[in-house]
Amino acid sequence: MMPSGNKQFIISRLSGGRRIREALALVSGRLVLILINALALLIFCGLLWKAAPLFGIISVSDWLFSSSWHPMKNQFGLFPFIVGTVSVTLLAMIIAVPVCLGAAIYLSEYAGRRFREIARWLIDILAGIPSVIYGLCGVLVIVPFVAFLGELMGSTTTGYSLLAGGLVLAVMVIPFIISISVEVLRMVPDPLRECALALGATRWETVKYVVLKKAKRGLLAAVVLGFARAFGETMAVLMVVGNVAQVPVSLFDPAYPLPALIANNYGEVMSIPLYDAALMSAALILMLVVGAFSLTAHYTLLKIGETVDS
Amino acid sequence: MNPKRNREEKLFRILMVAALVLVFASLAGIILVVAMKGLASLNLSMIIETPKGGYYLGKEGGIANAIVGSLYLVTGATILAFLISLPVALALQKEYIGRRAAAITRLVLDILWGTPSIVYGAFGFVIMVYLGIRASLLGGIIVLTLLMIPIMARAMDEAVRLVPFELKEMAYAMGATRVETTLAVVFRQALPGICTGVILAFGRGIGDAASILFTAGYTDEIPTSLMDPVASLPLAVFFQAGTPVPEVQARAFAAALILLAIVIIVNLIARLLGWRFSKHIVR
Amino acid sequence: MAHIQIQQLRVSYGSLPVLNDINLEIPDRQIVAIIGPSGCGKTTLLKSMNRLLDLNEDVSVTGSILLDGVNIYDPAMDVTCLRKRVGFLPQRPYPLPMSIFENVAFGPRIHGLSVLSAGGGGKQAEKSLVEHYLRLAGLWDEVKDRLDEPAAKLSIGQQQRLALARVLSIEPEVILADEPTSALDPVSAKLVETQFKLLKENYTIILVTHILRQARRLADYIVFLYMGDLIEHKPAAVFFSAPDDEKTKAYISGEIS
Ligand SMILES: Nc1ncnc2c1ncn2[C@@H]1O[C@H](COP(=O)(O)OP(=O)(O)OP(=O)(O)O)[C@@H](O)[C@H]1O
Ligand SMILES: [Mg+2]
Repeated sequence: MMPSGNKQFIISRLSGGRRIREALALVSGRLVLILINALALLIFCGLLWKAAPLFGIISVSDWLFSSSWHPMKNQFGLFPFIVGTVSVTLLAMIIAVPVCLGAAIYLSEYAGRRFREIARWLIDILAGIPSVIYGLCGVLVIVPFVAFLGELMGSTTTGYSLLAGGLVLAVMVIPFIISISVEVLRMVPDPLRECALALGATRWETVKYVVLKKAKRGLLAAVVLGFARAFGETMAVLMVVGNVAQVPVSLFDPAYPLPALIANNYGEVMSIPLYDAALMSAALILMLVVGAFSLTAHYTLLKIGETVDS
Repeated sequence: MNPKRNREEKLFRILMVAALVLVFASLAGIILVVAMKGLASLNLSMIIETPKGGYYLGKEGGIANAIVGSLYLVTGATILAFLISLPVALALQKEYIGRRAAAITRLVLDILWGTPSIVYGAFGFVIMVYLGIRASLLGGIIVLTLLMIPIMARAMDEAVRLVPFELKEMAYAMGATRVETTLAVVFRQALPGICTGVILAFGRGIGDAASILFTAGYTDEIPTSLMDPVASLPLAVFFQAGTPVPEVQARAFAAALILLAIVIIVNLIARLLGWRFSKHIVR
Repeated sequence: MAHIQIQQLRVSYGSLPVLNDINLEIPDRQIVAIIGPSGCGKTTLLKSMNRLLDLNEDVSVTGSILLDGVNIYDPAMDVTCLRKRVGFLPQRPYPLPMSIFENVAFGPRIHGLSVLSAGGGGKQAEKSLVEHYLRLAGLWDEVKDRLDEPAAKLSIGQQQRLALARVLSIEPEVILADEPTSALDPVSAKLVETQFKLLKENYTIILVTHILRQARRLADYIVFLYMGDLIEHKPAAVFFSAPDDEKTKAYISGEIS
């Protein structure tokens, strides 16, 4: 029954194969991790490399702050597009944030466990809906609605506008922000709530004075992540926002965000090399802004995790 | 209780419920709109036929090219992304590279995770031009793989990180090596999470249009080689929704319905698989 | 010769010293109980003996531990081989995420023991190995009809005996047991204790316990730790009847705990 023979011998003989497997796994593990980090670097450098020729002919301030976009004349002022992106994103966030906070607080603080689980699942589904479908619904429902609204307000609009873009984008980021917010709120330890309730606070007072205070940073991170999400969103916005290269002055004006600019023109512009570079520089802006925002958010999120843990 | 406090409590409660109702209403609205438009245009020939004479023109024919194309694209990308993401997630354990290197890589993955898909599309196009590949199935698969890696790897990483350290310690205490512990204990304990990660990434990949806009192309045909351009469901919606030709619009609606159904079903499967594979899980 | 010799062992987590200058000889084929108040370093001492401490990044160990005269902290030492010789039974019996059968077969598989035993190996040899160890751990009769079920479905007491079977399955010389009965009900605890008494014929058993009566019942030799210092160690009979140190007396009488 018992393994017989010289144990020492058995072990040293068998561990040869095991040691090789172990070493192989260690090496390949390290390789894939290097690969991932290299990939990120490659994306960044690739965009930088393709965008670089642009700065041979225009200054950084022209690039960011000039409104003249005339690719044929080598004028590549991205200002209208930057304003377009920022305004459509801000608009979406203004609409989305109150809704998200309300829904997330309700789910975390008022709803029962079962209801919360089901609601989160539905919200997950909403978050997983492809952006072209949001765009399609935007075209079918929101654009006519905005056109109608514009008529009421006495402005002539096709409906394809900043407002339509903001509304569609808001609906898109809402589930994303709620998901993170509920998670953040659930991280606040229950004893804290019980403490406040035991002192005679109402539910809402508990939320206002205890839970929100504790979860402030995490909720901010959720909003920032939502902003980053919305900032780079392409298809849904592209389909409803009108895409006219001008600085919008009213909610019913069309706008032209950076991602839409890239999506509409890329691939056809190989004939004008600087045009290519200009679009790449737009992609670079997107990557940098979104990267910076998600970095900030992850740091604040991480910190919230630590304070709640301890 | 004093009436002012009571009123405030009630007011906020109503506002919160209203917010939640709004969220669910938008989900219901989307499903309703897509289902109504889609069901009206959906029939058998829509599913099994490719468009006759140009996807942007009228005439009969369906969206088989987009359905099959999307499945090709996403299946290929899911397999490739899985082959890279699983080793990444497992190697992120601190036994392999230490806490610092793991933290940095997670940060990089988080940044990649948040990077807009249009940026992947643009980058993919640069790479393809550099390699001399035209818009094709291969190009689309490569870009989707890049897009899916951070989603999959981070989801798997979370699952791997949830494996209790004591459990790994058990295997190490028996003289198991890191690889043996990882394969026999960590992998099995994290299996439900790993499956969820794969399916989640599949769902994201099949719906993404911006990344394959210039890299996969669009065509009426079902591709026969990796170098052929390929149609896809999200682009079928995008390209065909805006036309005034009703037959073409019908294809967009049908494509949207099929896409939505796939995404929801995938979400359901992710949940079911999560339960199915949790048999051996130690809690 | 003593089976394990611990010489000038110091362990610290980061800058926190946990064990100070431990010198100890552990006799062959006896049950040695390590006792002491909570947080005094019992688990740490136990884990230092099969280098499980290595898994913790910021732990530092100095001094040496000799197993049959060979220093286990020698850089040339293969930890997997060491851990095969020195098995570890945890406080909470985490079953591995696999079936009951595979839990016991895992050790022999990785160490290639099932291939070598019963001349030739194969499924049949593995089955008889698993049965053998489950019997040794006193669990066979309870699980023989459900070997393919997930081990997580067993009761805690059964899980602890499964953990014992798992330890035995790698054919160790030493078994380190960290409060093996603390998560168990009295009946299961009794079962595990009984197994230990049977096992000491063939194994050196080092047992951490909180329960003085358990130490009295089981141990041949007692080691008393207090705040990281080794206060006293001697055969059990002498330890309880004639302790030298004031702290030992206080601990035995229940004044410090
Ligand atoms: N991973 C760790 N990191 C930092 N400090 C630790 C770690 N593990 C244990 N310690 C500290 O080392 C000291 C000894 O811990 P140890 O677990 O060895 O005590 P113990 O005697 O087993 O206690 P108990 O009877 O409660 O299990 C304690 O002060 C503990 O806080
Ligand atoms: Mg302990």
